[in-house]
Amino acid sequence: MSDNLIKFVSGSAVYVPGDDIDTDRIIPARFMKCVTFDGLGEYLFYDVRYSEDGTQRVHNLNDVRFSKASILVSGNNFGCGSSREHAPQSIQKAGYKAVIAGSFAEIFFGNSTNLGVVCVCVNNNDREQISQYIESNPETQLSINLQELKVEIGNLSFACSIKEGARKSLMDGSFDTLNELLQNESEVDLVVGKLNYIEK
Amino acid sequence: MGKTLFEKVWDAHSIKELSNGQTQLLIGTHLIHEVTSPQAFGMLRERGLNVRFPQRTFATVDHIVPTNEMVEPYSDPLAQGMIEELRKNCSDNDITFFDTNTGKQGVVHIVGPEQGITQPGTTIACGDSHTSTHGAFGAIAFGIGTSQVRDVLATQTIALNKLNVRRINVNGELLPGVYAKDVILHIIRILGTNGGTGFAYEYGGDVFDRFSMEERMTVCNMSIEGGARAGYVNPDQVTFDYLKGRKYCPSGSAFDDAVARWKNFASDEDCKYSDVVSINAKDIQPTVTWGINPGQGIGINESIPTIISGETQSDRASIEEALNHMSFEGGSSIKGKKIDVAFLGSCTNGRLSDLQEVAKYIKGMKVAKNVKAIVVPGSQVVASIASAQGLDKIFIDAGFEWRGAGCSMCLAMNPDKLVGNQLCASSSNRNFKGRQGSITGRTLLMSPIMVAAAAIIGEVSDAREVFGF
Ligand code: SF4
Repeated sequence: MSDNLIKFVSGSAVYVPGDDIDTDRIIPARFMKCVTFDGLGEYLFYDVRYSEDGTQRVHNLNDVRFSKASILVSGNNFGCGSSREHAPQSIQKAGYKAVIAGSFAEIFFGNSTNLGVVCVCVNNNDREQISQYIESNPETQLSINLQELKVEIGNLSFACSIKEGARKSLMDGSFDTLNELLQNESEVDLVVGKLNYIEK
Repeated sequence: MGKTLFEKVWDAHSIKELSNGQTQLLIGTHLIHEVTSPQAFGMLRERGLNVRFPQRTFATVDHIVPTNEMVEPYSDPLAQGMIEELRKNCSDNDITFFDTNTGKQGVVHIVGPEQGITQPGTTIACGDSHTSTHGAFGAIAFGIGTSQVRDVLATQTIALNKLNVRRINVNGELLPGVYAKDVILHIIRILGTNGGTGFAYEYGGDVFDRFSMEERMTVCNMSIEGGARAGYVNPDQVTFDYLKGRKYCPSGSAFDDAVARWKNFASDEDCKYSDVVSINAKDIQPTVTWGINPGQGIGINESIPTIISGETQSDRASIEEALNHMSFEGGSSIKGKKIDVAFLGSCTNGRLSDLQEVAKYIKGMKVAKNVKAIVVPGSQVVASIASAQGLDKIFIDAGFEWRGAGCSMCLAMNPDKLVGNQLCASSSNRNFKGRQGSITGRTLLMSPIMVAAAAIIGEVSDAREVFGF
């Protein structure tokens, strides 16, 4: 069990508009030629931020008003596509602690939770309001309260949702499952013994 | 009440319920490649952990391998570093590695089945989303992240939430010129790119009963593009015939015992599905994507959607974004769009039968001027059988480049990339922005035969007309 209990996340936020933001967009494949995850933060949303000739595009992610943001807000089916953990790793390494979206692709959600990157869903109307608020008040702190399942910004408050198991594991610090998996060696041997395709 | 294959395999591999409500699931077979495993081995080293069952992990190298450069060191030092890291991790941990000099290297989802490693009634995991491919054999196969690759290496288990099962029936006769690829593009078009969230897809019906293993793999491969983490077909005689005699399968009487076991994993007739979808095979057209996700597909004779045809605001926004990226006009026809590149390969359609089918039709034809056409066999085994059958010569005579095995132009981690806003007719599985290596590059997903038709005419074409079906 890690001492890292995540019950509450706060910080300023940046809005990345669009549904179906895929993992190729979060971290283009060419930056995955690496044998560690270090340094991946630099390439987060690279092709969204830069055009082919290397010049910066006009995008919230390049806007100095949002340069301190530590929470991403985006659309439906965020993180679809590849299973690459490089995607949540680059989000985390770029300094983001949480993603608020309409919904998440499954593997991305699992990978993120495992790293302690909080992924919560809000409905489309609320997301619209949140993004407008951020747009006009970029410095304002947004908070995600996992205890009460609320996203709050300024005087606005919205309900959010997250898979119960993930919520629990973030709050009690057990989100990195390896420690618990390692405890059940004898049970593993038992099941291995029953299956006749695994020689020990 | 009976059980689905998914439930039977899940139950047989469940270790226990974890404190967060997930299930600790035994992973019988673990496949790794160079992109998502090195960090996992690094994490293991950091924590001083060993690989628990090294004989249950198999490795190959596919994403970064240059398919036109067989000799090391590769001209890209990063690629060279990655292959060396994998080599070292495998040899340090006694893991079987189908290295480039073994004659067995290739795309991980082609190698597993080909070697008989992929078997019915098993759980399979790989740090790659297209692991769903292996479900074609009646295995439950998941794509996982690198931390879970670490978990499998260290414990041979992962923590997972149980999935629901949606049965997808495709009944009737497919029209001539309609292939497995069209079936899955059609399914994703109907159910959406996130319609499968929380589900495993069980494919069945008489179309699947008649499909070969390679066709079943094409469909299962793209389950993840429909948001389903796993997809499978119940094992049957076609499955057993495919597996018989393969290297990592039991042989002799042990094989017969295995078949008896495997049969028991098939879904029971009285099992209950969370959802059932039925599709009439006759409704499926040769399908081509026009946009930037695999759900944006249309029949070859349909027009590209207009922005106003989107039902919701968010549909309209995604149509607009796709049209902008593709430089297509809503309402125009997909047929006739001039292509620059034709790519035949990938874990979706880089198997022997894909190459055989195309070779049968293109014999004596020529790739259009201005089109760069490449054929990339999915594995060294595919390449060598294809060459022995003279397929390489047919492709080369027609003006295709014949390459070595790897992921190649399916994604941008090796020298095969689109340039600028080139339009590519591709037999691969993802048409995301930038997927094929150029930010402005454009991908049209379609079946191998449609790729060949586009290559020969130089524009998106109806293969049935080009080849006279
Ligand atoms: S061929 Fe494409 S989809 Fe398949 S494993 Fe390689 S990169 Fe991934």
